[in-house]
Amino acid sequence: MSYGIKLHVWGDYALFSRPEMKVERVSYDVITPSAARGVLEAIYWKPQIRWVIDRIHVLKPVQFTSVRRNELASKASAATAKSAMRSGAGSLGIAIEDDRQQRAALLLRDIGYVIEAHFDLLPATEDGPEAGRVGKHLDMFKRRARAGQCFQQPYFGCREFPVSFVLLENDAPLPVCTLAPADRDKDFGFMLHDILFDQDAKTKAVRSTSPRFFRAVMKNGIIDVPSLQLAHA
Amino acid sequence: MKNRYDFIYIFDVQDGNPNGDPDAGNLPRLDPETGNGLVTDVCLKRKIRNFVALVKNGQPPYDIYIREKAILNDQHEKAYVALGKDVKKTKQEDRDETRAWMCQNFYDIRTFGAVMTTEVNCGQVRGPVQLSFSRSVDPIITSEHAVTRCAVTTKKEAEKQDGDNRTMGRKSTVPYALYLGHGFINPFLAAQTGFSDDDLALLKTAFGQMFELDRSASRGLMSPRRCIAFKHDSQLGNAPAHKLFDAVTVKKKANVDVPRSFADYEVTIDQAAIPQGVTVEEWV
Repeated sequence: MSYGIKLHVWGDYALFSRPEMKVERVSYDVITPSAARGVLEAIYWKPQIRWVIDRIHVLKPVQFTSVRRNELASKASAATAKSAMRSGAGSLGIAIEDDRQQRAALLLRDIGYVIEAHFDLLPATEDGPEAGRVGKHLDMFKRRARAGQCFQQPYFGCREFPVSFVLLENDAPLPVCTLAPADRDKDFGFMLHDILFDQDAKTKAVRSTSPRFFRAVMKNGIIDVPSLQLAHA
Repeated sequence: MKNRYDFIYIFDVQDGNPNGDPDAGNLPRLDPETGNGLVTDVCLKRKIRNFVALVKNGQPPYDIYIREKAILNDQHEKAYVALGKDVKKTKQEDRDETRAWMCQNFYDIRTFGAVMTTEVNCGQVRGPVQLSFSRSVDPIITSEHAVTRCAVTTKKEAEKQDGDNRTMGRKSTVPYALYLGHGFINPFLAAQTGFSDDDLALLKTAFGQMFELDRSASRGLMSPRRCIAFKHDSQLGNAPAHKLFDAVTVKKKANVDVPRSFADYEVTIDQAAIPQGVTVEEWV
């Protein structure tokens, strides 16, 4: 028995930033497994489970558009905030005109995918996950996705690019793929698979983050995603 | 905040430039393929921030973190109310406390979130309010206008012109456009940042009035027209957002070729398509 799900996702814009070009952000050609996992987690996630992306169906031609925006150069300073908090007074806040960067972003436009995924149960610390639990998580995900419910509105890479989603039931036909036959086989090169977080269970402090990459090859409109263990560091 | 909200914000511009594109010499933003106009999410968020800063005078708990100098008042020294918690704690709690304190004092951090300086992954706040790009209902045409000024900036220029002292500039406007943006409010993230019902009420006021306080030579006449919000009974939501958005149709009236006012448009809500558990509210 398989615990997989299929989710049809689509939207007007997306930005899956390439890590090598993220000052003037440039999107990958297609959604990364990491972003797809984020979409699923936005709908349903619990610490007991890990979503694993199996396949990505690309439904629409890859098209880019660029947007340049005025952005802020710096981050909010936690140290200044702390001292203002202690003393009860201070000059916080950033004047946008003094600290401005204009940055372009190369976005994807008009995109649609089918995400095929399943989840792994993490071994529980004491008595292990019960057999029935898998069904519980799966049903909760499906119920939510069917009803359009989510923990937070999922997005394609950045929060200004919301995702619309529909659960594809087991026997439901796949959405129509409008990729031209000649474009259905393509090598997208090395893409980010996901980022491994090494986290301290107790303090939640992140010890390290390490990206993993894989060779994204689309065959007949479908990208098979290898397991994260097989991805390159 | 006990409910999820999805909303459609409808606003228009008359003889103005709602959002200039720095890549295109400050012409109004355009989707090059369809010709529809665009207004970025951050553009509207800027106006909400400015509005809140003005009406609340930048005082905590309604202080604004990301400011525009034009609306800064002189009072930078603020008496922030501290949380009054135990000072002895581990590092993680310390960080959480700072974050909570920032949320408590700053309206924009509570609403939209912020990235706090951080060496670790958890120093950021995700806000409950999420906006998308707004897009015009019909393709827009940009008019460019040459304007003259009967003064020059430098003496050298004046000498060059033998005292004629004229300079020319350019100004670009959209004659008329109706824009439509989508937004989401997430009750779970609201709980995390402390975004309250009062904050929501202020946000609604901002949507209704923010253009009133943002008049300028370039903007022309901008007005909010409708803000149709879908209130879900449950926190998780009772229907997919895209279905609710699809229930709202905004289009030109049948006899109109060239739209030049809001009266040329028709906004209809298909009540039959609104599922149980979702209430339609008008915020503007």
